[in-house]
Amino acid sequence: MKVLVPIKRVVDANVKVRVKADNSNVDTANLKMALNPFCEIAVEEAVRLKEAGSASEIVVVSIGSKAVQEQLRTAMALGADRAIHIETDEELTPLSIAKLLKAVQEKEQAQLVIFGKQSIDGDNNQTGQMFAALTDMPQATFASEVKLEGDSLLVTREVDGGLQTLKLPLPAVVTTDLRLNEPRYASLPNIMKAKRKPLDVMAVADLGVILKQHVKLLDVTPPAQRTAGVMLASVAELVEKLRNEAKVI
Amino acid sequence: MAILVLAEHDNASLKLDTAKVVTAAKAIGTEIHVLVAGHECAAVAAAAQQLDGVTRVLVADAAAYQAHLAENLAKLILELAPGYEHILASASSVGKDTLPRVAALLDVAQISEVLQVLSGDTFVRPIYAGNAMAKVQSLDDKKVLTVRASAFDATANGGNAGLETIDKVIEARTQFVSQSLTVSERPELGNAGIIVSGGRGMGSGENFAMLEALADSLGAAVGASRAAVDAGFVPNDLQVGQTGKIVAPDLYIAVGISGAIQHLAGMKDSKVIVAINKDPEAPIFQIADYGLTADLFEAIPELIAAIKA
Ligand SMILES: Cc1cc2nc3c(=O)[nH]c(=O)nc-3n(C[C@H](O)[C@H](O)[C@H](O)COP(=O)(O)OP(=O)(O)OC[C@H]3O[C@@H](n4cnc5c(N)ncnc54)[C@H](O)[C@@H]3O)c2cc1C
Repeated sequence: MKVLVPIKRVVDANVKVRVKADNSNVDTANLKMALNPFCEIAVEEAVRLKEAGSASEIVVVSIGSKAVQEQLRTAMALGADRAIHIETDEELTPLSIAKLLKAVQEKEQAQLVIFGKQSIDGDNNQTGQMFAALTDMPQATFASEVKLEGDSLLVTREVDGGLQTLKLPLPAVVTTDLRLNEPRYASLPNIMKAKRKPLDVMAVADLGVILKQHVKLLDVTPPAQRTAGVMLASVAELVEKLRNEAKVI
Repeated sequence: MAILVLAEHDNASLKLDTAKVVTAAKAIGTEIHVLVAGHECAAVAAAAQQLDGVTRVLVADAAAYQAHLAENLAKLILELAPGYEHILASASSVGKDTLPRVAALLDVAQISEVLQVLSGDTFVRPIYAGNAMAKVQSLDDKKVLTVRASAFDATANGGNAGLETIDKVIEARTQFVSQSLTVSERPELGNAGIIVSGGRGMGSGENFAMLEALADSLGAAVGASRAAVDAGFVPNDLQVGQTGKIVAPDLYIAVGISGAIQHLAGMKDSKVIVAINKDPEAPIFQIADYGLTADLFEAIPELIAAIKA
């Protein structure tokens, strides 16, 4: 079984971004970048499927500037076999990303496509579902457990009220939640090995997909700021404040 | 043109989220239809008919819609889509699962977690865990939106919308196997007026009993940080944050939670925030209205006693 894992380069989860002074966007210049945490979990899950003998090949793909090759190498250091880089300097919406990935899937014919459920920059939570719609595959989003059973997949999902288990025929799409696994650290020998793994670069035009602009970003502003309140000395004082000042209890 | 709102429900009752999404829809237009897709869900449809502002309720009642699977639910919405310019759902697990599929099938963008409706095509939504607010304009002929329910007040009851039955049954290849839902007498996180949340500082699942007692003394819901869920103290559906539930109660009490940006993303719109933490440097204090530097194992029993007094 071939597994395709689309991944994204994002601002590191520990960095707090700031809005640009002209309110045109957030300022990402010179910030620490990383593999989106949910994508890292997706790569780890694919690697575990391969280690268990269920997956035969893991292909990672990323769409973006030349810099995304760093994250593709990271994914290969974690265990992916080869990488595809679709080069563009444009910021694409999830729908455009899904269309490009569909073109990749037409060539790759993966049986399982694992996405992170959302990227921590745009927080859209859309690409996996859109890809599943365009390729008419069944989907299981927000997965916390994935089991292969013959030619179907049993997936436990984190839903609002608790957990739900679905069974999907392959080929299928899964998007990962935080508790699916804990990604490993790449070892130094694996980082070295990853440098020699194949990485194909192609242009958006090579895929023959026509993209449209769907959304215009008008401005980006900082959220309403909360200011620190008061530090209290005792529980009694807290209860007094909540009752008589805030009047919330 | 009309607006379609996907009802949020469990086949037995309509979730308050729907009333909040209807409020968002009212900011767009006046012809508002609610789609109730489910199985044996007549009571849900009846409740939707009463929502103020709703002009029609569409019911698709079939076994195939019982589990709200994105695969066929999206296709059902696609069938109805020609009659609508806007399609809305709550940014719940069902809404987030389904609407991107609908949007892709319509070849339009989906706009996630709308916080504010500025006009029929311009919306405000959070990016970067709520550290920035993006004002976006849709250039598509149809707008598919998930709405952050906590950012809108629920529309009142008092409506009397007509009912229409949708006979189309679309099967999914996806099969529902089972579910384990958390059963609780406490209010739901998304709609609670008061939330008491525990973090890694709670130390164990057993210790959460203390927070539950505090919650019960206040009629509150219980929430948690990711660290508390990852450690297995409490189930996943209690997680508050960027990747968990987004809440905005009147009072949020954070106990043994440090205040990571991802956690703040889920609760910083609460009206009043209380933080109880033994570390005076904990970042949570920077956004708390009332802070108490204390060992929670002493402070919580004291707090329960003081509230009951
Ligand atoms: C992609 C991604 C998504 C994430 N999504 C979320 C999310 O949705 N929600 C979320 O919450 N987190 C999320 N996180 C995790 C987040 O970064 C933090 O790791 C997490 O919120 C920390 O939880 P905590 O505050 O309970 O634990 P810690 O940071 O370990 O804090 C524990 C606190 O308890 C205090 N404490 C300990 N003992 C006591 C005591 N006896 N009395 C009083 N205080 C005590 C300590 O002083 C400390 O401040 C996400 C992270 C990533 C990378």
